[in-house]
Amino acid sequence: MPSCPPGASDVPAKPGNPSLAAAPLIGDWLDFTHEGIVRARTGKSELGQGIATALVQIVADALAVDVDSVELAPPDTSGPDETFTAGSLSVQHSGGALHAASTQARQLFTDAARRRLGAEPSLAEGRFVVDDASVSYADLAAEVDLAVAIDPTIASYDPSGIVGADLPRLDLADKVLGRPRYVQDMRLPGMRFARMVRRPARGARLVDVDEESALGIAGVTDVVRDGDLLAVVAEDEIAARAGAEALRESAQWQVPDSSLSDGDMVEQLTTADTDDTALSDGPSIDAPTLAARYTRPFLAHASIGPACAVAVQEEGLLRIWSHTQGVHPLRRDIARALDRPVDRVQVTHVEGAGCYGHNPADDVAYDAALLAARLPGRPVQVTWTREDELGWSPFGPAMVVDLAAETNADGQVTAWSWDGFGNGHSSRPGTLPTPSLLAYEEQQDGTPIPPAGDPPQAAGAGTGRNAIPGYEVGSVRAVAHRALTMPIRSSAMRSLGAHLNVFAIESHLDDLARHHGIDPVEYRLRHLGDPRGRVVLERAAQESGWGSPLAEGHGRGIGYARYKGTGAWCAAVVEVEAVSSVRVVRAWLAADCGRIVNPDGAVNQLEGGAVQSLSWTLLERVRFAGGRVLSDTWEEYPILHFSEVPPVEVALVERPDEPWLGAGEASMGPTAAAVGNAVADALGVRVRDLPITAEAIVAAMDS
Amino acid sequence: MPDAHRLTVNGRDHEVRCPDGTPLLWVLRDRLGLTGTRYGCGVGSCGACTVWVDGQPTHSCDTPIWSAAGKSVVTVEGLTEAGPHPVQRHLIDGQAGQCGYCLSGIVMRAAALVDQAHAEGRHVEGDEVRAALDGHLCRCGAHNRIVDAVVSAGGE
Ligand code: FES
Ligand code: FES
Repeated sequence: MPSCPPGASDVPAKPGNPSLAAAPLIGDWLDFTHEGIVRARTGKSELGQGIATALVQIVADALAVDVDSVELAPPDTSGPDETFTAGSLSVQHSGGALHAASTQARQLFTDAARRRLGAEPSLAEGRFVVDDASVSYADLAAEVDLAVAIDPTIASYDPSGIVGADLPRLDLADKVLGRPRYVQDMRLPGMRFARMVRRPARGARLVDVDEESALGIAGVTDVVRDGDLLAVVAEDEIAARAGAEALRESAQWQVPDSSLSDGDMVEQLTTADTDDTALSDGPSIDAPTLAARYTRPFLAHASIGPACAVAVQEEGLLRIWSHTQGVHPLRRDIARALDRPVDRVQVTHVEGAGCYGHNPADDVAYDAALLAARLPGRPVQVTWTREDELGWSPFGPAMVVDLAAETNADGQVTAWSWDGFGNGHSSRPGTLPTPSLLAYEEQQDGTPIPPAGDPPQAAGAGTGRNAIPGYEVGSVRAVAHRALTMPIRSSAMRSLGAHLNVFAIESHLDDLARHHGIDPVEYRLRHLGDPRGRVVLERAAQESGWGSPLAEGHGRGIGYARYKGTGAWCAAVVEVEAVSSVRVVRAWLAADCGRIVNPDGAVNQLEGGAVQSLSWTLLERVRFAGGRVLSDTWEEYPILHFSEVPPVEVALVERPDEPWLGAGEASMGPTAAAVGNAVADALGVRVRDLPITAEAIVAAMDS
Repeated sequence: MPDAHRLTVNGRDHEVRCPDGTPLLWVLRDRLGLTGTRYGCGVGSCGACTVWVDGQPTHSCDTPIWSAAGKSVVTVEGLTEAGPHPVQRHLIDGQAGQCGYCLSGIVMRAAALVDQAHAEGRHVEGDEVRAALDGHLCRCGAHNRIVDAVVSAGGE
């Protein structure tokens, strides 16, 4: 059995830049026909990470035009198919494609300008100039053929200084000023508002419902029932909410018995039937110096804005507006679920709240699509409730990691072994044998969503992401055991398996360092050959004042990884105050993301990632029992509050001549590891089961 | 027949017909087209829906319309009408946000805090801002930038 279904991947494992393979021509990306405006296209979604701004900078820099004259269209299924906005690859892939396309276009336009003006032109403010004569890109557009294959190896022009500058985010002012910008703010003429009435538990069957209970409410226009799918459509949210409430009260469900709960996840995952993939086939270790098990629970993306989408069935075309991470794969899965040709479905990206991976954005898009398909000509907006957002989203999978290491008398690691157990990290639309859209499993003729797959190793793996240490540790054995049964739906969440794997590796290394009486930073450096990694590690240690005395009850810890082994390098140091519970006092990050498009944007992403990782690592756990998610309110699923967020200092290692690397996921693993190591430093107790709550500390002390 | 409720929003008088218990949030978004006020949880746990009711920062999601009747409501659109509030300017200058979904609620809470401190002739401090914003959730991890922006707005 293959390690994942065809196409199950956060990123396609094609050589080179997959974005160029999908959209090979300059004209796929750029349009110069409007005076004073360069129109650029991308398949990567703005998720609050600032990608749209970075891409505009790349285009403006390469074309030597003003940033204000670059218009980046939101991703749409008429544009480049760049699959998913995932894996911290948007700058590499979309940015790489736009950079090459723009550079080559500039060359072609320069040639055309030379012909038109009769001499070698200079380029200033978007105009080609020879003496007193000048022409613009638009003036020449008719004579420049852009149906030309992009050469990804094209030599760059001298930078214009736009890449590398702190350009303010192009979308942020609207958001601060409360202007309509999100899909939640869309209002189309005649639009209806719908709410879904989701099952009380996984596998529940709808036995009966009094549709009149909702239809009798002023403003309610339709009740849609299809198998176990139940929805109400109304003239406004107020009526839709009331209608949904009435349906919920009158619906009778048959709930199957399910004994699964989050409490027995470790047992479940380590005894389940699995699909095993050897990532590295070193020998197993007979007499390890240290062997230990590390775990994390299921985690929720927990967006602040519940999922929302708008759809309308026009003549022959189903149009959908969605905050999806991948307009093309979503379109294909919706077409498949509704059994219609792909070209009769159009998906356009509209911003929503941050998603941090595969959250219900795609599910709600299908909710809207299927309701719109039944109400031709009527735009329908569907908004999920907070409870459904926290209860029915795909979750970042629970994981169990067994590590063993052997060291010699000098403390040097000579053999390493990793076994990773868990559900797959990707059930994104279009990657599974049947549609991966929640409502499809509720519909009469639908099918349950199959267990999640894992991206192939070449695309960074899932359970196995960052499983292989970036250190020199002798022989390495690494086997991923993907569970073939799925208690609750799992899918991609920021950094995938790297969160627990880096936590485990770095905890293990710290314990080995302590065992051999060597300082943790020194111990890592002894095992780290990668020069860029060494710089980052040393920088974080230096910024944090590593080795300086700490207050009573405080501890300090470090964590390091190169994301996916191929991405950005990041090290984190965390200082905690740990008595019975843990308070993070301060955090320091150092990172090397290669050449940086927008330094302030990279810092923002690295810091945001660290804060989110602190929240996962200290507080978060999806709880479920009897097929029901119990942690479906903010009280039951707490995240880090303002008063709990420590100051975070970020140092970027500048590498202007190296390729750019994404920053969004690099800090998740190192931050988690630094917290665990800081707690161990403060208390002398190693907590290996996340989250590191007061209870987990007590449990670790007891064992 | 739903009841009629009169209220003032951003200085303009409105009469809306809806059931008594309808949350102010949905009246603003649905009936008055003021979508800057966000739905986050609907039960007072996240702060995304914060507006001013008679000058007090209030969760519009758990404010039934009957209790807002006759009162003066200000939303993020109203706050911005005469130009961005200093808190908004500093949030933009400090690039304090990622997805931004939490921000309009935070703007309303922080603007009230800063305005009140000004009225008392003092500047807000970091811990005070963190405490005031503790009921507001931000999933993107923009907290530190937000606090810094509010403190510098308070220093104007
Ligand atoms: S929506 Fe009102 S507090 Fe969350
Ligand atoms: S900026 Fe995204 S939730 Fe705060």
